[in-house]
Amino acid sequence: MLKVENIDVYYGNIQALREVSLEVNEGEIVTLIGANGAGKTTLLKTLSGLLKPKKGTIEYLGKSIAGKAAQGIVKSGISQVPEGRRVFANMSVEENLDLGAYLRKDRDGIKKDMERVYELFPRLLERKNQSAGTLSGGEQQMLAMGRAIMAKPKLLLLDEPSMGLAPLMVQTIFRIIKEINEAGTTVLLVEQNAHMALSIAQRAYVIETGKVVLSGDAKELQESDEVRAAYLGGL
Amino acid sequence: MEWLQQLVNGISIGSIYALIALGYTMVYGIIKLINFAHGDIFMIGAFVGFYGLTHWHIGFIPSLLAAMIICSILGVVIERLAYKRLRNATRIAALITAIGMSLLIEYTTIFFRGAQPEAYPDDAVISKTFTIFGTQISSESIIILATTIILMVLLQFIVHKTKIGKAMRAVSHDMEAARLMGINVNNTISATFAIGSALAGAAGVVFGLYYTKIDPLMGIIPGVKAFIAAVLGGIGSIPGAMTGGMVLGIVETIVSAVGFSMWRDAAAFIILILILIFKPAGIFGKNTREKV
Ligand SMILES: Nc1ncnc2c1ncn2[C@@H]1O[C@H](COP(=O)(O)OP(=O)(O)OP(=O)(O)O)[C@@H](O)[C@H]1O
Ligand SMILES: [Mg+2]
Repeated sequence: MLKVENIDVYYGNIQALREVSLEVNEGEIVTLIGANGAGKTTLLKTLSGLLKPKKGTIEYLGKSIAGKAAQGIVKSGISQVPEGRRVFANMSVEENLDLGAYLRKDRDGIKKDMERVYELFPRLLERKNQSAGTLSGGEQQMLAMGRAIMAKPKLLLLDEPSMGLAPLMVQTIFRIIKEINEAGTTVLLVEQNAHMALSIAQRAYVIETGKVVLSGDAKELQESDEVRAAYLGGL
Repeated sequence: MEWLQQLVNGISIGSIYALIALGYTMVYGIIKLINFAHGDIFMIGAFVGFYGLTHWHIGFIPSLLAAMIICSILGVVIERLAYKRLRNATRIAALITAIGMSLLIEYTTIFFRGAQPEAYPDDAVISKTFTIFGTQISSESIIILATTIILMVLLQFIVHKTKIGKAMRAVSHDMEAARLMGINVNNTISATFAIGSALAGAAGVVFGLYYTKIDPLMGIIPGVKAFIAAVLGGIGSIPGAMTGGMVLGIVETIVSAVGFSMWRDAAAFIILILILIFKPAGIFGKNTREKV
């Protein structure tokens, strides 16, 4: 479904990604783990069209999307839940969800998906007229996810959805990611919480200072000494 | 009843400041630029209205609409030609460009039609004076207030209920997150310039009705005053610009009324200094972010 090959991404003169290659197949949950500053967010931003790769190719559903504008990428079915949630704090919960469906014209479909989001996240329904800036961190994460679902994505990119959340909320979020995936959406999940991420993903990539250093079956990586030492808090 | 009279006058001039201030505040809210050419767009609006009334003889409302349309096109052209490429430049570079744009509009106008003033015709609208509680209210005042209220209600509707309005609020809050929604940021910024400039154009026409005399440099003082009104209300805030404009208009009128008419313009600057010292975020400002 998504095939990234040898991309280099720069911020000015600073190189953030070096020959990164990665693949996501339809129906999968793939996770990308790595330390702070490894380049995970950079990769997702590049996939969403916020950054342009200097080199390499990105193929999505058989078409090149490298360097395409963000609008076109959302339209083609890739939506992102950005790091730090980035909800529109000055707007209500419902307006945030409406913005998620910004490019859609199918009113009935939008209405149905809105109901689905409220089913997945009943807390959002209770707070639909509340301004998003006053939601708790966990609720904002739910809203950011709901907003991305409103775009009706085929591929959902999630950037550290568990960041700053209490363990119980983290479990809820991961359960919902699984549910979304089971309902037919492919997921690329960036996480610091390697343990949780590896437990729901089929495959995983490990990124270090802009390079993919390991990849493979999620279960196998979870067992591997390198990953355990570096990301799962020792042996 | 003298006070009521001053209040009516203050509201009339305040409406004009408010209409101009809205454009400043909307543009600032979305790209953090103080568009110094905004006062000159107001001037162009006054001239379009003047030509509409005296040369094309199309009547008040069509002249008002013509001024709004031409100004919104002008605003978008300025943004696309001059400001768009500076979006990632330093703020001082953008500011200097805005000042340059202001001078360009002023002196291009003088180049084509000279610097001499024009006068709006007396019969532009039905001229009548009503006396209510001993207060004289001219039909011009009523038209100014009505135009302002209609435009503000329309603006609130656009900003809160339409797709483009939601996009504008999203972009002004977080441009990158807005991109992730599939919002076309460039078009949204252009729409903001179009709407803000249309409001300035309308302000130009009602200014002509109220003060009669217009000239190519007329935009400078109301432009600065409206900027102060926007800061007073909290730059970036739409209700703030409306309130700031009204407050400034009323304060100025009161200062003149109590016999300090020489101090009328100074009052605005004193307000600016006080607000920057004591409440830099303005009346409706939530965050104390840096100001120019
Ligand atoms: N706007 C920017 N300008 C310059 N350098 C940047 C910018 N954004 C990120 N970087 C650099 O690029 C590298 C990768 O950053 P990135 O945000 O992709 O890391 P990350 O893996 O998402 O980290 P984290 O887990 O902390 O979110 C870092 O060295 C960072 O300093
Ligand atoms: Mg990151």
